[in-house]
Amino acid sequence: MKAAVIVFPGSNCDRDCKVAIERSTGATVDMVWHGDTDLPDGLDLIVLPGGFSYGDYLRCGAMAALSPVMQAVKAAAERGVATVGICNGFQVLCEAGMLPGALLRNEGLKYVCKPVALEVTNAQTRFTAAYQGRREVTMTVGNGEGNFFADEATLDRLEGQGQVVFRYLDNPNGSARAIAGIINEAGNVLGMMPHPDRAFETDLGSADGALLFQSALASA
Amino acid sequence: MKATVHVFLKPGVLDVQGKAVENALHGLGWAGVKDARVGRVITFDLPGDDKAAAEVEVKAMCDKLLANTVIESYRVEIA
Repeated sequence: MKAAVIVFPGSNCDRDCKVAIERSTGATVDMVWHGDTDLPDGLDLIVLPGGFSYGDYLRCGAMAALSPVMQAVKAAAERGVATVGICNGFQVLCEAGMLPGALLRNEGLKYVCKPVALEVTNAQTRFTAAYQGRREVTMTVGNGEGNFFADEATLDRLEGQGQVVFRYLDNPNGSARAIAGIINEAGNVLGMMPHPDRAFETDLGSADGALLFQSALASA
Repeated sequence: MKATVHVFLKPGVLDVQGKAVENALHGLGWAGVKDARVGRVITFDLPGDDKAAAEVEVKAMCDKLLANTVIESYRVEIA
């Protein structure tokens, strides 16, 4: 099993993601610089990590979405490779048009950093199969612009098609319909604000994130 | 030619920065201030003198990068 973590200038959870994937799945993890135009061969999983890519210039994720490597990431995702954007990675996926919606400044204006309880809204995705019907998991959020926004028609479509994967039980940032994570229509691109990479061993307060990486790689 | 692009959150999209600025202005005594919005202005120079063609180009820049049209609207001025 093989995974890649994309490193943008300003990413700060890239190492966390590498360690989280290695320890929870045993997969080998390559770090891929944003300026590269090719991805390693035979990838089963691509992760866009959290952080502040390009210093959040213009809009969170806007510059990273135009990085050279994103053409290769889009092509791989179109071939069906499992792709996960976490926190800033979720913002990048939205800016790149790989997921619908956008992330706004948090409703309360504050940066929110704390463990949050999440409902596993759809446990039948390739990213959540290992939760085996568990309805509630805990992961940590750390964001200032995690307030998910989409127009009503898009929100209805996301809910109707089972594309809402995680929902906050106590909405920390004003996200529309308490949405914490969504997948694309094909089911192989996941974006989420909470960090599975900060919840992969019980010493970190929760090991629930490990199941997400295990699901993603088991489905490859 | 000088291009000026104004980018604002669309009406109906919660502008928490605008709200905070509005509250601060109320605190300073300007109680009548309403609907404060915080946006962004981007300026740059363009070659040539065909304003209509430049406007088409700059709108394309807005759609591709300068604005996220899911949440933002923009206005272009060419001078």
